[in-house]
Amino acid sequence: MDEQLKAELGKQGIFATTLQEIYNWGRRNSIWPLNFGLACCAIEMIATTMARYDLARFGAEVFRPSPRQADLMIVAGTVTKKMAPQVVRLYNQMPEPKYVISMGACAISGGPFKQGYNVLKGIDRYIPVDVYIPGCPPRPEALIDAFLMLQKKIDEQALTGNARPRHLQADAPSEFPVPAFGAHDLEPPSNPALWQPPAPELVQIAPAATSAAPAPATAGGHESK
Amino acid sequence: MDLATIQSELEVSVPGCRLQIVDNPSPCVQHSLVVDAEHAVLVATYLQDFLHFDYCSNVTGVDWLPKELSEKIKVKKTVDGPNGPEEKEVDEVRKTSVPGYLEVVYHLFSTTDRTGPLPLRMRTAGREVGGEATLLPSLTPVWRSCEFQEREVYDLFGIHFEGHPDLRRLLMWDEFTDHPMRRDYVDPDDYEYEPTAHDEVLARMRQHYSTQPGPAFGDLPQGGGQ
Amino acid sequence: MSTITLPTPPVLNPPASLEASASENPERLLELSLGPQHPSTHGVFRMNVVLDGERVVRLKPVFGYLHRNHEKIAENETYLGNMPYTDRLDYICSLTNNWAYALAVEKLAGIPVPERAEYLRVITAELTRLLNHAALVGFLLQDMGASGTPLMYAFREREKILDLFEALTGARMMCNYMRFGGCRVDAPAGWLDQARKVVADFPKFLDEFEKLLVSNEILMERTQGVGVLSRELAISSAISGPMARASGLNYDIRKVDCYGIYPRFSFRVPLGSHGDVYDRYMIRILEMRESLKILEQALRDIPEGPILDPKSKPRGFRPKPGECYGRIEAPKGELGFYLISDGSPNPYRYRVRPPSLINLTVLEDLCLGHNVADVVVILGSVDIVLGEVDR
Repeated sequence: MDEQLKAELGKQGIFATTLQEIYNWGRRNSIWPLNFGLACCAIEMIATTMARYDLARFGAEVFRPSPRQADLMIVAGTVTKKMAPQVVRLYNQMPEPKYVISMGACAISGGPFKQGYNVLKGIDRYIPVDVYIPGCPPRPEALIDAFLMLQKKIDEQALTGNARPRHLQADAPSEFPVPAFGAHDLEPPSNPALWQPPAPELVQIAPAATSAAPAPATAGGHESK
Repeated sequence: MDLATIQSELEVSVPGCRLQIVDNPSPCVQHSLVVDAEHAVLVATYLQDFLHFDYCSNVTGVDWLPKELSEKIKVKKTVDGPNGPEEKEVDEVRKTSVPGYLEVVYHLFSTTDRTGPLPLRMRTAGREVGGEATLLPSLTPVWRSCEFQEREVYDLFGIHFEGHPDLRRLLMWDEFTDHPMRRDYVDPDDYEYEPTAHDEVLARMRQHYSTQPGPAFGDLPQGGGQ
Repeated sequence: MSTITLPTPPVLNPPASLEASASENPERLLELSLGPQHPSTHGVFRMNVVLDGERVVRLKPVFGYLHRNHEKIAENETYLGNMPYTDRLDYICSLTNNWAYALAVEKLAGIPVPERAEYLRVITAELTRLLNHAALVGFLLQDMGASGTPLMYAFREREKILDLFEALTGARMMCNYMRFGGCRVDAPAGWLDQARKVVADFPKFLDEFEKLLVSNEILMERTQGVGVLSRELAISSAISGPMARASGLNYDIRKVDCYGIYPRFSFRVPLGSHGDVYDRYMIRILEMRESLKILEQALRDIPEGPILDPKSKPRGFRPKPGECYGRIEAPKGELGFYLISDGSPNPYRYRVRPPSLINLTVLEDLCLGHNVADVVVILGSVDIVLGEVDR
């Protein structure tokens, strides 16, 4: 609809919109996060909800203690292999539409504890993640930025068509398999439908004119998402 | 009360116990007392009741791998000289292998005398998992604080504590079979993405890719990065 | 296409003394798993409780949900490289963790610390104690049902102190400030005045909070006589920190070990007599007042000078072989580091003595016979942080 006409009608007290706009507007301005903090990032998440960096003014008014009443799971902190099945179970218990923000370096990829035998190298191995926030810990402003990014993402979701989100597609999964505890590691170590290890790429550096042996090949990664 | 006095008092009061003082070369001067597994509970009870060490603050495990010590010694040997066989002093390298063992260290303090720390050590006979060699008595009946910490030592090192009221894993899940803090523990092959892989991470990545089905490592397209 | 696996039931081993009550009427008992995700468990901590109605018959804590292999990583890192990892142990109080580790390494290698650095260490440690105790009392009131508002007041004060830390060290939470032989960077211009202002404004907030505790009937009912810890059990279980002092054990490592320059400051050690939840909270409020006294003295007397020992060598640091156990009075209790060095740049054995884990030894004893609602309050008074419990 023509924007000018909309504005004119608005002045007369007539509100014109599309169903998609108002549906998304309602959803993005009232995202209720799950009360779920794992480690140090949880303290910054709590600080974001406190009086100085108030997250409630963006719609995250109440942090729900029960996953059945929450829309958003902010995975804040290191996900260990012992905790991973519980995280996936909580995610499964959330009703659609649901979103995940992966807060902090540990939730993205294992973070500083990547070498650990008990550390899951990124929660996106088992559940789909919408926004990643780097940092250790990320500042409260970064969490607010991620929240706004998520709101923008929700705003752009279409109601019909191929690009519609997961919760409007009848055959898209909304629950993901929970990993089991194995003798040495989780079984499976990742969910192949969701996460593939980024393939390395061999980069041949052209040998320098003066040196006799070719320079060693270095492998670089590339984005798989 | 210094360590030598404590040792002599214990040897009198707990007959048959074998104690040994381990010198600590660091400037903090915290020499430790090694006690044998048989008399450990009696020694600990004596330390608590009569020497006022009522506060067992820290319990931890240490893994000493078997090592080979080589030392150069001078030995008189008969060697063939220019004028026939003669005795000469020759340098010889003697290798002694020290078997590995696990160790539990208890740091004891006294709240009444305000002294401490007194490190008390117990050594296992060997390092095999689950056998007689890694059996040690639990000091939880003496100091309650050892309860969780001995469980952690069991979980991460594999030392089995006899007499512990509830010996099960503390930090890892129950189905886990390894003892991760041992020095010879091998991490599971958990591929981790590294944008600028080099040295051992690159070697591990190559190995990981060579075991996966799909295009062989060398067949990947040669091209520039992002 | 997607399967949900059912949770496995917890395995409980009933203790001999309670088997009698359990066998009387086993159908009455309810097994409940509190956690690991729960709004009031202060992190990913799980308690398997067995309830008879509302009364706790048995409680077994389950740890390991935040076990991040800190000790194993430390064996492969250099001594200096481990300093940022110590921040993440007790993540609310990162500066006291740094000091405990620096103290242990300095004792191991015999490194002296200059005067000004010692004063800066005391100032930052006592500020950390303030923010830890303030946050804890805020969390207590939230656990009791006053959802949010007292915690907002506590975090308001915490933000003021975090501003100081950010100006000094560059980070709000993970400060990574101490080095072996001193501190990393000196206080910028005006920092000491800002700190003095924060210290001068703090008593007003403390008075507010103390009034909230003392004049609130619900709080008095719910905390007095709840979770009583006897002095003998506290000594036997090596309980440390405010929890031990609330049970009457006069053991403050600042007074016992006299580490740093604490003997120069005059401060008292508050002791409790009942050992219940109420005592533990009042001890923390009183400790905050004593910390303010120390801060006033330190901020008044801090000299000029270098902040790092000139002969210290942070990179390529190889202490001689030996071992050392160094401890400090962290806000949660006795935080100790046990280091074994074999002469290489990496520690051979690196062990953190976590006060939170050892203070949890008596959790079952404190909760038996109380209601489920009291379990949450008692757990809050133990003051745990899972980063330290699980390392």
